[in-house]
Amino acid sequence: MTQLVENTGMRQILIDTFCTSAGAARSAGIEPLDFWPPQDRLPHLAGAFQPLMRKDKVYSSVDEAVADIPDGATIMFGGFGGAGFPNNLIQGLARRGVRNLAVISNNCGTGEGELGILFKNRQIRRVIAAFPGPGARYFHEQFDAGELELELVPQGILCERMRAYGAGIPAFFSPVGVGTEVARGKEERVIRGKRYILEQALGADYAMIRAHRADTMGNLVYRKAARNFNPVMATAAGTTIVEVEEIVPAGSLDPETIVTPSVFVDRIVQAKGIRVV
Amino acid sequence: MSRPRLTREQIAARAALELPDGAYVNLGWGIPNLVAAYVPSGVLVIFHSENGILGMGPRAKPGQEDFDLVDAMKVPVTLTSGAAFFSQVDAHVMTRGGHLDVCILGGMQVSEKGDLANWKIPTAKGAGNIGGAMDIAVGAKRLIVTMEHTAKDGSPKIVNACTYPLTAIECVNTIITDLAVIDVAPEGLVLREVAPGFSPEDVQALTEAKLHFARAVPTMEIAPR
Repeated sequence: MTQLVENTGMRQILIDTFCTSAGAARSAGIEPLDFWPPQDRLPHLAGAFQPLMRKDKVYSSVDEAVADIPDGATIMFGGFGGAGFPNNLIQGLARRGVRNLAVISNNCGTGEGELGILFKNRQIRRVIAAFPGPGARYFHEQFDAGELELELVPQGILCERMRAYGAGIPAFFSPVGVGTEVARGKEERVIRGKRYILEQALGADYAMIRAHRADTMGNLVYRKAARNFNPVMATAAGTTIVEVEEIVPAGSLDPETIVTPSVFVDRIVQAKGIRVV
Repeated sequence: MSRPRLTREQIAARAALELPDGAYVNLGWGIPNLVAAYVPSGVLVIFHSENGILGMGPRAKPGQEDFDLVDAMKVPVTLTSGAAFFSQVDAHVMTRGGHLDVCILGGMQVSEKGDLANWKIPTAKGAGNIGGAMDIAVGAKRLIVTMEHTAKDGSPKIVNACTYPLTAIECVNTIITDLAVIDVAPEGLVLREVAPGFSPEDVQALTEAKLHFARAVPTMEIAPR
């Protein structure tokens, strides 16, 4: 547990979430610092300046990155059409054996691949998906047996609900699904002569995503069509965990090419991509 | 009526003639997916794939597949000049937001008003798959449905009102089948062309909804099978 004190000139920052109290800092041999600015001097900003709670985001293994995920968690999984699934993190969850998961993903697995292994292990109780898919054998078996709760969502609405959540928008009116079974139970309104239904924002406790490359800050770049749901899920979860092919030093990715900025990423783990046939 | 109807490839070839030069186009599963092979030479069409590609080209050759470069059906594809990748959110900003010029989807039923049902057979077991069809159907500037004119049991698929779960209401502009080209117009369904060997009356007999047609309806121009 390294204690680092930086003096940026503007403000002094105590870096390390494991050492956020003055007592802990003292016991580590570091003089605690007054956090800048004192809140009574800028009452309109009270609460806006918190000590920077930066922890090293890079985890040494997939199992460590998923070690605290509890039973009953709601988790989003990136991926579409076989590309961009966080297959290593999914297998980490399978090893961990957590149960009663609520999962949000475009697809529901291909055999034991992608989310298939979590269905096969009966770790999932509730599903929100757009296209479970013909290869989702274990999902279909359990759905047909009445063992799974399913909410089927049009694909563009699935990601737009995540976008809304990440952007702090609680709900929005949409033309998709008007007059279909998707509209059941939803408020309908006519706006400028057209019918719309109210869709709720969609967030999760965790997002598990896959990117091509991360820097140590958590900035992400993707590869080709493996981008899909991954960037939006990163914005819509309490904790975003990303598996990447390669981790590079902060500053070595071109800022012009970064797709997911580091603010959306909490944990990074390097893991060679697994292709599901 | 044992005269041969159009093949699936011929339906696709006829649908390809509806694509204007420079159009941004999304193709659904089944017959629509065949359309890409029949775009007339001299017509440039930019294909959108809802998993996040604009400028999608033909399938990758064996040995040259890149499994991060797949279409929405997991098939490894290639790119055409000027292609771009983007997230799922942007992919459906394009569909729902009305940025795609023509979308072609398969159909199980189309109603007189242009309602489309294409994602679930009511009697079939299972959850069904909506995928991107609802966003595409609602947002396409022009929606073409390609399908067989009648179901396997001979029942009409162009009906007064859909009995299958709906994909979207009042969304279809044109229906292209193995028997006809039909436009959805304010006055109802207008028979624009008939397949070689079929009369407007033949087509009406296999259609539940009423078709409007002039005395002489042109015959579809299709390549020999």
